Amino acid sequence: MQATSEVGRQGHEARAALLAREEEARPVIQLEGIHKTYTMGDVEVHALRGVSLTIREGEFVAIMGTSGSGKSTTMNIIGCLDRPTRGTYILDGQDVSELSKDERADIRSRKLGFVFQGFNLLSRTSALENVELPMLYAGVEAAERHRRSVEALHSVGLAGREQNNPNQLSGGQQQRVAVARALVNNPALILADEPTGNLDSRTSVEVMEIFQRLNRERRITLVLVTHETDIAEYADRVVVFKDGRVKKDYKVTAPRDAAEELKNLPAVDDDDEETGAAELADAA
Amino acid sequence: MNFLMIIRIAFRALARNKARAALTMLGIIIGVSAVIIMVSIGQGAQASVQAQIESMGTNLLFVSAGAQNVGGVRSGTGDSGTNTLTVEDLDAIRREVPSVAMVSPQINARAQLVVGNQNWSTSVQGVSEQFPEIRKWAVGSGDFFTDADVRTAGRVIVIGQTIADNLFPGQDAVGQTVRVSNMPFRVVGVMARKGQDPQGRDQDDTAFAPYTSVQKKILGSTRVSVAYVSAVSAEATYTAQQQVGDLLRQRHKLAAGVPDDFTVRNMSDVAEAANQTNSIMTILLGSIAGVSLLVGGIGIMNIMLVSVTERTREIGIRMAIGARSSAVRSQFLIESVVLSLTGGFAGILLGILVSVVVPWMLGWPTLVSTASILGSVVFSAGVGIFFGYYPARKAAALDPIDALRYE
Repeated sequence: MQATSEVGRQGHEARAALLAREEEARPVIQLEGIHKTYTMGDVEVHALRGVSLTIREGEFVAIMGTSGSGKSTTMNIIGCLDRPTRGTYILDGQDVSELSKDERADIRSRKLGFVFQGFNLLSRTSALENVELPMLYAGVEAAERHRRSVEALHSVGLAGREQNNPNQLSGGQQQRVAVARALVNNPALILADEPTGNLDSRTSVEVMEIFQRLNRERRITLVLVTHETDIAEYADRVVVFKDGRVKKDYKVTAPRDAAEELKNLPAVDDDDEETGAAELADAA
Repeated sequence: MNFLMIIRIAFRALARNKARAALTMLGIIIGVSAVIIMVSIGQGAQASVQAQIESMGTNLLFVSAGAQNVGGVRSGTGDSGTNTLTVEDLDAIRREVPSVAMVSPQINARAQLVVGNQNWSTSVQGVSEQFPEIRKWAVGSGDFFTDADVRTAGRVIVIGQTIADNLFPGQDAVGQTVRVSNMPFRVVGVMARKGQDPQGRDQDDTAFAPYTSVQKKILGSTRVSVAYVSAVSAEATYTAQQQVGDLLRQRHKLAAGVPDDFTVRNMSDVAEAANQTNSIMTILLGSIAGVSLLVGGIGIMNIMLVSVTERTREIGIRMAIGARSSAVRSQFLIESVVLSLTGGFAGILLGILVSVVVPWMLGWPTLVSTASILGSVVFSAGVGIFFGYYPARKAAALDPIDALRYE
C-alpha cells in the first residue's frame, strides 16, 4: 500500500508537465451545446440538456454519472452511434453532427475504437478474426490485416491465443481481445463503455493497466464510461454527468497506477475495493 | 469491403449452424430436383414421340375425309360420316400430281382372325401395295401383296408379329390360311416388329389386306377415311400438300370460298400437334415442381428472419465497428443466396441422378436438358435473392445502439 502511494507521487511531477502540454494539445472531441431529446409516444425525454465538452489528444477521461444522467447518450453521440438533436460535435477536426448513417459507419471504422461491457466479440470466431473484423470493413488487405491483428493481440498480452474462440478465453482475456479490436485501425479515440463491469477486481486492474499503457506509451485518447469511482481513478480527468448536464469536470491529481498495483496483487485481492474508495476520497 | 470476403463471412455464418443450413437447403434441393426430374420426363416423352414421327418419314402426307373446325383448329376427322374421299380421288392424286410418289388409303376394319381352333380379334387395315414403302415399315418374312392383288381384291393378308405369335405360335405363318370374317385369306407375309406407338398401342397387333378386299369383302363399303401420300422428296412435301389440296378441291367441285371437305396434313403438322400436347404436360409437371421450389424459398426466408433476430447483437457489433448498412445487407443476402445456390446445385445432381435411374427402373424415357439445369440455377439464385432480400433489409435497417443492447 505504502509503496504504491510513493510511486504514484513520484510519477505525479512528470505527469503534471505532460498535462500542461495537453492544454495546448489538439482537441479530439469538441461538444458544443449538445442536446438530445427522445420522443417516446407523446412524452419528450430530454436526455442531454446542453453539454459542452472538449477532450484533447492524449487525454484519459472517465465519464461518470448515475443511470439516467445522460452519460450513455453522450457516449453514443461521441461514438457516432447516435446524432445530437441540437448542437455541434467536432471529432478529430471534422464536424460529424449531421452525418448520415453510412457516413457515421465510416467515421466509426476510421476514427473510433469501441470496448463494451459485455465484450461483444463474435462467438465461434477466433480471437484473430475478431480483431481483423474492423479492418475488413475498413478495406485493409489480407496480409496487412493479419500482421496488424497479431501485433494488436501481442500488445494486449494475448500472443499465442490467436486461434482461440471467445468461449475458450476468460473474461479478462475476452476484454483484451476487444481492446485489441478497438486498437487495430489506429483510431483517434477509444471509447470504453463500462469495460470492467463484467470483470472481477483483479482482471479489472489488468484491463486498466492496458488502457493506461496505451494512453501513456502510444498517446491514445481514451474515454471511459463507468459508474465505479475506483475505476474512474485510473483516468487523468473525470467528467461527472447529472440530469443531462456536466456537473463536475476535474483533473485527477494522482491517478492510480494499475501497473504498480498489479505488482502488489499476486492473486485476486478483496482489499482492492477498499483501496479504491480511500483513493477516491483523496482525489475529491 | 471485398466481395469474396463477404462470401467467406456468409459461409462461416452458415457453418455455425450446419444442421439448420442443411434442412433449409433440403427444401431447395427437393424443389430443384423435382423440376429437373419432371421436365426431363416430359421432354423424354416428347423426344420419343418426335423420334417415332421422324421415323415415319418427313415426306409423308395424311389426307383425310371431312374437316372440322374446333376453336380455329382445323383437323381431319377421318370419320365424320362423310364420303368425301374416294378411291377415285386417290387414283387421281397418284396419276395427276407430279410431286406425289406413292399413295395408299388406310381403311380400318375390326375382324376376327381364325386359324383352326385359335382366334384373334384385331384391326385389319386395307392399304395399297405401296404401304410398306410409304410408312418405312419393312416386311419381316414373306412378301407384301402386289398391285395385282389390289386390282383383283385378292384374299391375301399380311399380319403383324403379335398376330403371328398368337395364331401361329412356333410356326412359319407365311403360306398358311386364316379365316377373316369367315373368308379364307392366304398369309403372304409377316411384318417386321415395330413395337408400341407413342400412345402405348401395340402396332404389331394389326393385319394388312388390299384395300379393295377390305372394302368389298369385309366392310362392304367404298368409303375411304384416311390415306397416306408420300411426296417424291422431303423438299417436295409442301408442294405436294398444295397440289393434292388443289386437285381435291377441283375434283370435289368446291367453289372459291367454300371450305375444304377434306384435310391434308404433313408430318410437321402432326409433330407440332404432338409437341404441343407434350409441352403442355411438361409445363404442367414443371410448374407443380416449381411450387415446391417456391415453398423451399419460403423456408429460406423463414430461417433468415430467425437468423437476423438471433444475431441482432452480432449485427450491432459489426455496425459499431464500422460496417455500413450495405455491408450487413450484402452479408445476409449472400448467406441466403449461398443457401439457395448450394441447395440448387445439390438438387441438380439429385435430379440428374433420378432422371438417369427412372428410365432404368420405370421404363420411362427421360431427357435432362441443359435449359432445365440452367433454369434451375437461375431460379434458385433468384429464390435466394427474392426471399433473402426482406430479412437482409431488416438486418441492415437495425439501429446499432438497439442492436448492441439486444439480449
